[in-house]
Amino acid sequence: MNPIVKALIVPGLPQVLLAPEKNPGWHKLRQAMEAARAEIESTQADLILYCSTQWLSVLGYTFQADPAPEWTHVDHNFHELGSMKYKFKIDAAFAAAYAAEVKKDGPHTMLANYRGFPVDTGTIVAQKILNPNNRLPAAMISCNMYAEKNETIEIGRAGLRALEKTGKKAIVVLVSSLSSRFFIKEIDPKEDHISSAKDDEWNRKICELLGDGRLEDVAQVARDFGREANGDMGFKGIWWLDGLCGESNDFSGKLLGYEAIYGTGGAVVTLTPKSAIKSKAMVSEAKAPAPAAGEKHIIEASQAPEPVGAYPHARREGEFLFLSGVGPRARGKKEIPGVTLDKDGNIAAYDVEVQTRSVIENVKMILEASGSSLDQVVDVQAYLTNMKADFPTFNKIYAEYFSKIQATRTTIEVGALPTPIAVELKVVARG
Amino acid sequence: MSKGKIVAGVLAPHPPHLVYGENPPQNEPRSECGWENLRWAYERCRKSILKLKPDVLLVHSPHWMTVVGHHVLGVECFQGLSVDPIFPHLFRYSYDLKVDVPLSLAIAEAGKKHGLLTKVMKNPDFRIDYGTICSLHLINPAWDIPIVSISSNNSPYYFSNEVGQEQMEKLGRATREAIEASGKRAVLLASNSMSHRHFTSEPEIPEDMSHEHIYHHGQYLWDMKMLSLMKQGKAKEALAVLPEFIDMASAEVKAGALAWMLSALETPTYPAIVHGYGSVIGTGNAVVEWNQETKGLEL
Repeated sequence: MNPIVKALIVPGLPQVLLAPEKNPGWHKLRQAMEAARAEIESTQADLILYCSTQWLSVLGYTFQADPAPEWTHVDHNFHELGSMKYKFKIDAAFAAAYAAEVKKDGPHTMLANYRGFPVDTGTIVAQKILNPNNRLPAAMISCNMYAEKNETIEIGRAGLRALEKTGKKAIVVLVSSLSSRFFIKEIDPKEDHISSAKDDEWNRKICELLGDGRLEDVAQVARDFGREANGDMGFKGIWWLDGLCGESNDFSGKLLGYEAIYGTGGAVVTLTPKSAIKSKAMVSEAKAPAPAAGEKHIIEASQAPEPVGAYPHARREGEFLFLSGVGPRARGKKEIPGVTLDKDGNIAAYDVEVQTRSVIENVKMILEASGSSLDQVVDVQAYLTNMKADFPTFNKIYAEYFSKIQATRTTIEVGALPTPIAVELKVVARG
Repeated sequence: MSKGKIVAGVLAPHPPHLVYGENPPQNEPRSECGWENLRWAYERCRKSILKLKPDVLLVHSPHWMTVVGHHVLGVECFQGLSVDPIFPHLFRYSYDLKVDVPLSLAIAEAGKKHGLLTKVMKNPDFRIDYGTICSLHLINPAWDIPIVSISSNNSPYYFSNEVGQEQMEKLGRATREAIEASGKRAVLLASNSMSHRHFTSEPEIPEDMSHEHIYHHGQYLWDMKMLSLMKQGKAKEALAVLPEFIDMASAEVKAGALAWMLSALETPTYPAIVHGYGSVIGTGNAVVEWNQETKGLEL
């Protein structure tokens, strides 16, 4: 089951909801959002999750937790366009689950269940067009005004974990403009256009990448885009979406519309995952807490074979994990996979293929217990006790696991290893 | 009709914590106490301001944020519930206020004459922002004086602090002209904090004052520098360094209220009265009065 059914990026300005007839571009964006709604309705999602750059928080993250928020909202800037009456259905249980995941990472969280708590214009616009009549229960999270890239990605990741833990499938929606430079003078709506040619060029580049499904690439350039094109809240919302969607480019992207709204850039994009999205926590429940900068962190993996000396399975330093040498032994067992001993404890026979597989599986186990994974390995040192006899087999099995990972490797023959084994790996990976 | 006048201007920050700490009947959440240095500063300021018997209170708030023009309220009465989107656990306030619509319209017209884009907000469903409500409550909790609410137009600041400030100074001049033509006695409230970097977490008991301090010493020094200029009657110099202050202290005065007010007061050369200074969840806040009648000579 894929927890992310579809990801969307939509603009949150009220013109699209309240006055699409006043400008052909606004009308096109409205049609694009309705096309996105049709895509949503063709799926089997359990909820729709929003993050709007118009809902700012300073105390960590706030989650809408009123099961049925109801109000008549008026936009503070474009009040002449009319009122927006709403009554939404909220998945308060999911809000609590998401908040709990965020809290584990450290940020402050708040569940807002107060009569009259204001839902922002952006979320209202998106919800009323994408999910009219509350077909799906909604969840809403604020955008912290101080959070930078790392934290915002973590908040997205926490959302993915919450979906996995609750077993729910979600449509996830980032409500954000692209460039966000408004006209500072009154304009005739019919003459609306992107207020700066430079912003327009940047917007089109972002649209092209998103149309190609390259979400991670957009997240990588978001800081430049935010600075150069006055991106909406620095376009930080894209980091949330990226964290939530597994930080990859593996999507079918569809650019349904790109137009100006009062000088800003508004795009409607849908991203459909091509493959399963899984959080690191899903790979291993035993995720080690991320240490603060400069802090050392010792990792003991409960499933991995016991160390044979005074050393840990792994140690985190900065962004990297350094693993102690890993052999083929299995935790809690005297027998070593791929090793046959005689009655005196000497090696009677050994199978280097079985040993190599067991070694790599042990490495994988330790990495996952550290919150990393085999595809994060950057460097391997391989120790063989019989290079001439064992290298071809070792090399073949190694390639099965590592050919796509392309970690650097050094292979060395050694006279002996501490236990009666023929293969040991020493690994460095991204944490 | 005699000529109207601005009788005072107040730097009147709006942390909802101060209203929460006071426990007025309009606010739903209840506190034990908290932020007394600022609340007592407001009590002193309130006495001084109400003694002036103003006909109208004008407030410029960063939480009515607009991007296309300077907006004023054009509906006579508003009743509603203001819930702070950031601190909803502290501020859920029932308000009932009257707007001086003729003065609002006059300011909008005067602004246009100064080349500004102004708009009148006429939607009766509009919810008044919590910054406006907080500053007004703290100066006049009886709510028996009509108000004018002016939005903070952010977009000129997209270009630079200087461009934004120039617009706010024009708006200040337009406000003064409209008040003078109205024949009314007016008090201006600049609803801004000074340094404005919040903590991103709060103690379990929000009013636990053992956790309260300024976010960063550098910001505190900037706040003190600005207050020192104000106390010396150097409003002109304060305006000159305001763009730098905004950047160096992440100051909320970027929303323009202070520049608007000092310009409307014709850049006072008499000492301002600093009723108090304190931090609220890391931000620097001061209650400062420019009393046009006493010219800073007495409290």
